[in-house]
Amino acid sequence: MKRQVPLIITFIVGVVMVIQYFIPRQPFAGLFDTFNRWFLVIAVFALLLGLLNLLRLHVNKVKKIDKGWGYSVVLLSGLVATIFTGAKWGIGTGTPFNYIFVNIQQPMGATMFALLAFFIASASFRAFRARNIDATLLLVAAIIVMLGRVPIGNILWNKLPLIADWIMTYPNTAGQRAIMIGIALGTVSYSLRVILGIERTYLGGE
Amino acid sequence: MLDKLLNIDRRIIFAVLTTIVIVAILFPMGLAIQISEPAKKLYREIESIPPGSYIFLSFDYDPASMAELDPMALAVIRHSFRKDLKIVSLGLWPQGVLLGQANLEKAAQEYGKEYGVDFVNLGYKTGGIVVISGISTDLRCIFPQDYTERNIDELPLLNGIDNLEPFKLVVTFSAGDPGVRDWVMIAQARYGKKVGCGSTAVQAPAFYPYLQAGQLVGLVGGMKGAAEYEQLVKLPGLATAGMDAQSLAHAVIVFSIIFGNVIFLLKKRSSSG
Repeated sequence: MKRQVPLIITFIVGVVMVIQYFIPRQPFAGLFDTFNRWFLVIAVFALLLGLLNLLRLHVNKVKKIDKGWGYSVVLLSGLVATIFTGAKWGIGTGTPFNYIFVNIQQPMGATMFALLAFFIASASFRAFRARNIDATLLLVAAIIVMLGRVPIGNILWNKLPLIADWIMTYPNTAGQRAIMIGIALGTVSYSLRVILGIERTYLGGE
Repeated sequence: MLDKLLNIDRRIIFAVLTTIVIVAILFPMGLAIQISEPAKKLYREIESIPPGSYIFLSFDYDPASMAELDPMALAVIRHSFRKDLKIVSLGLWPQGVLLGQANLEKAAQEYGKEYGVDFVNLGYKTGGIVVISGISTDLRCIFPQDYTERNIDELPLLNGIDNLEPFKLVVTFSAGDPGVRDWVMIAQARYGKKVGCGSTAVQAPAFYPYLQAGQLVGLVGGMKGAAEYEQLVKLPGLATAGMDAQSLAHAVIVFSIIFGNVIFLLKKRSSSG
């Protein structure tokens, strides 16, 4: 019963969602809207579940004074401060929440991502090797696109941006399209397995 | 000697990159920016929309990618306000709401636009593709309030707006999922809306098939794309200022790749000989 009910719900919802795409008329159009609204409500509960799980994990870590508990204190303080300020004064311009977002979260997020440039520079020296023909082709294409996509490429050779555009428009598009079709076919087959109850790993176990 | 060079301290590479970027920012060279066709397409599309029309902007990014996406969002907003277009926005990413709002307010001040009359920010709802699907049929059900919890019936801009139908164009500024793919799959493929996008440079190549198929009306990719759009609207900003630094950083990385490979080949030759 514990497994059959979710399987039946999945089958009914899955079949309705497939049918409504091809027959966007009542009752399927109405069911589609209703299921969408239900999804949004369930998604909020999933968010809440994630929040509670995060709280539990870090509160336990602080209680037990586990390794790195100080970071958990920072996380919990941030969580409480943002929830409190957001709930009490809202998130609009000039509110304490907005001040925290602009002066703490924005610079920290941007800094973390900016560090990537350094790791890429280091990795490009150490790991990007022309070990065989495939790797050499990839390497040459990468160099052309990297230089062709910035103004300095045009100064080095005025044909470089044109070649970079050609690589992006044709070989890249062909490759991306092949990947997208592959992913789409995979998604269709996986979805069918889920709807028909063949694939049950999402229920946990098995 | 070759081994020493191959195992060069990574901090030396970090120091070179830092120096190059700082020098480029302090002493701008003003390198000419060539404008790509995908960016021109988005510009032309917005340019062709009659004044007073509605466009929909979706801020689907966070502070990590704001260096790339903020300048292009600001350039598109400025273009839209200059054309006297009405903007309704949301964020499929929670942090995108405030980042987008900051850009909207900045441009609104420059062009004398008023919140609720010329632009509205609906805020964030979790659900990604389902949110797009929901607002395509019933915007008021999904967003009964704006991002400051104001009832949307109080906002004159949204009078008579019940779904995506009145919007001439949807532009998403996207750093990942949910983002461009979701807007193309639902707003374009299912409801026939015109969709344009601004995306991070790293994911822009993935959207070329949509562009070629006409499912995207234009694409602004990365900081270079943002700089191109700033050039198109003739309002140079942060992206244009950052192009010198990005050019030199790319040159350093390309030099690193070539230098690393030359040493690798020399070592291979010496060990086989």
